[in-house]
Amino acid sequence: MATIAVPRTGSAFRPAVLDWLTTVDHKKLGILYLYFTMFFFAVGGILALLVRTQLAVADSTFVSNDAYNQIFTMHASAMLFLFIIPIWAAFGNYIVPLQIGAVDMAFPRINALSFWLLPPAGILMFSGFFFGGSADAGWTAYSPLARNTGTGMDLWIIAVILLGISSTIGAANFLVTMFRMRAPGMTMFRMPVFCWNVLVTSILQLLATPVLAAALCMLYIDRNFGGSFFDPNGGGNVILWQNVFWFYSHPAVYIMILPGMGIVSEILPVFARKPLFGYKAFVFATLGIGGLGFSVWAHHMFTTGAVLKPFFGFMTFMIGVPTGVKIFNWLATLWRGSITFEPPMLFALGFVSMFLIGGINGTYSAAVPVDFAIHDTYFVVAHIHYVLFGGSVFAVFGGLYYWFPKFFGRRLNDKLGVTQFVLMIVGFNLAFFPMHLLGLDGMPRRIATYNEADWEALNMASTIGAFLIGVSMIPFLIAVVAAFMRPKDQPDDPWEGNTLEWATTSPPPVHNFDSLPEIHSERPLFDQRHGIGGHGVHPATGEGRG
Amino acid sequence: MAAHGAVQHRQGLSNGMLGFILFVASEVMFFGGLFAAYFIARADAPSWPPTELLTEEQLAAGVELHLEWVLPTIATVLLVLSSVTIQIGVMQIQRGNRTALMWWLFVSIVLGLIFLAMQMYDYAQLPFRADDTIFGTTFYTLTGFHGAHVAGGVIFMLVVLVRSAGGQFDAGNHEAVEACSFYWHFVDVVWLALFTTLYIVGPRS
Ligand code: HEM
Ligand SMILES: [Cu+2]
Repeated sequence: MATIAVPRTGSAFRPAVLDWLTTVDHKKLGILYLYFTMFFFAVGGILALLVRTQLAVADSTFVSNDAYNQIFTMHASAMLFLFIIPIWAAFGNYIVPLQIGAVDMAFPRINALSFWLLPPAGILMFSGFFFGGSADAGWTAYSPLARNTGTGMDLWIIAVILLGISSTIGAANFLVTMFRMRAPGMTMFRMPVFCWNVLVTSILQLLATPVLAAALCMLYIDRNFGGSFFDPNGGGNVILWQNVFWFYSHPAVYIMILPGMGIVSEILPVFARKPLFGYKAFVFATLGIGGLGFSVWAHHMFTTGAVLKPFFGFMTFMIGVPTGVKIFNWLATLWRGSITFEPPMLFALGFVSMFLIGGINGTYSAAVPVDFAIHDTYFVVAHIHYVLFGGSVFAVFGGLYYWFPKFFGRRLNDKLGVTQFVLMIVGFNLAFFPMHLLGLDGMPRRIATYNEADWEALNMASTIGAFLIGVSMIPFLIAVVAAFMRPKDQPDDPWEGNTLEWATTSPPPVHNFDSLPEIHSERPLFDQRHGIGGHGVHPATGEGRG
Repeated sequence: MAAHGAVQHRQGLSNGMLGFILFVASEVMFFGGLFAAYFIARADAPSWPPTELLTEEQLAAGVELHLEWVLPTIATVLLVLSSVTIQIGVMQIQRGNRTALMWWLFVSIVLGLIFLAMQMYDYAQLPFRADDTIFGTTFYTLTGFHGAHVAGGVIFMLVVLVRSAGGQFDAGNHEAVEACSFYWHFVDVVWLALFTTLYIVGPRS
């Protein structure tokens, strides 16, 4: 009997795997994106802890200088290219078609291609470690260093090109989906704010990523075919790299934050029980950030002296305006709301407060004289982590706690969520706030070690904070495991949400909706709950659904 | 997936065509990056072609930084002509004439292949290589990436040709043909920009 039973369970198992490998369902692809990106979040996190261990004390010899360069380069590359950018495609894939009432993305098979470009890219990027060392010129890959360093750099270049292709075609897919697949009644100005943020992100990806691809091709040609793009001896120009790289990478910082802003703008109204304050202002601010995002790249290059400083400084201040508009949207949404503090809300509030700090210190750096003082110091490292960790990563966890019931039909435990949040926000501030002070004191970024004894205390504090962030992942993992050990018990709409993803089962059926509520505003579910504009009809309240 | 079809047939562009236009927009940005590199290098150089950058060894090896323009000019005329021929093909299928479409596709493919052959020949006889200063690097990178797109376009036309030979496409349904010709025009326009930049704007002292 056993000999029969084994092949039978095997064949039942294999189709399930095959099903995931060949799926073109936007929901399953979203989950695949999620697993992939969370894996690299863990990898990038471990690399970060190595960095912090090295820097905890002065004159550290925990890792060699060469190893250190590889570790910080791969930390940033994994976190940016393999975690933050693609994780928005995880949320986008799962949520956007649901929120606009579509059956799937516009091009399901291209969607699968976008995902399946990621694993080879991840493997290539990390395989450098087996070919004499990974890339080690920083995620910004400036020449001449990037021209001259080892083979790991070539693998890195190819990996980033693949990731770029993935995000470019993914962006086109999102745009067509949102332009053309919206349910009847779902006008552009009734689209949920999350969708709008994904839309602007997609425009940035579509237009900026190919420029990075061009830059990477040039670097590859320089390294392998004797090209002179970034070699002054052959008439090339090292600043050219910085220009093309930042032409992509400044818009890319918005690629890394806008969907997070979208998530927060979904969570705050639900847990404050008020509509988002100034929906249209928010949408236009998002468009404004997208537009201005293309005209500020040279604020990363002030100290080269080769850029028009007054122009780029001014434009960078300008981009603070739509960003500030959003902060006011969020605050006004909270004002006099009946707020409850479930984990999604905690992370969203964490986002608003931490991102505010990051935005303010960014605006400081936009002042050219200030930038000359803090450029390439730990002050910039503090800035990027307040926006990218305090911002984007808090939004990721907010989104996970918020949509986990929709994704998996199970809810993450609230107490564990609160524990995670407290550990994370304390650890985060302990890790990154001291970096402002270190930067002002002149500690340069990207150094393997230092011998100034006065920097030790702050660095040690920062390292302790980093490990506290690591510890904060334990309650999260427990919550995930615990959730999966329970049966699916979540109702369609556990939070009293406003948007269409809550109008279907948790998780939704393959075709997403058995029936859609009528759409008269940007909050169709709210309208339905309160009988607004529905001509007395209450379609699809979940009655009769298995 | 009935809903797909229902939504697709709303007015205006189809999903496929809109997606394709967005894809071409990203291609424009890709070439934009390469062109930017060329113009920055050109503006930086003391003269163009930057002959003073050549080393003793390069001079001894007979490297010269100058372009041969007769062949590329002929190639340009042929490529522009191929844009016309594929457009005629589109007009034929709009009237439902699939046989004519196939002939015009065939002509366009042949013109594309001749363009590529001429480019290869041009490469073989030029007195400089990609590693001979930024002049060589930008020339081969720009024309090389363009050539790759020509090859891609030829493959696209071949696919459309095979599909029409298999009886696909008629007056009401020929979106792939339109997309293909759109792509081919794009490749053509990039070449015109490239030809103008490299050959007509040409040297500067
Ligand atoms: C209020 C909006 C913002 C302003 C005014 C601003 C300004 C700046 C400036 C002037 C720099 C250059 C500092 C230097 O290297 O000397 C910088 C660096 C950086 N910013 Fe921002 N920023 C803003 C928002 C953001 C956001 C939202 C993100 C990402 C989510 C971000 C990510 C980064 C990164 C990654 C760097 C450093 C890149 C590197 O050199 O490795 N910034 N920012
Ligand atoms: Cu920037």
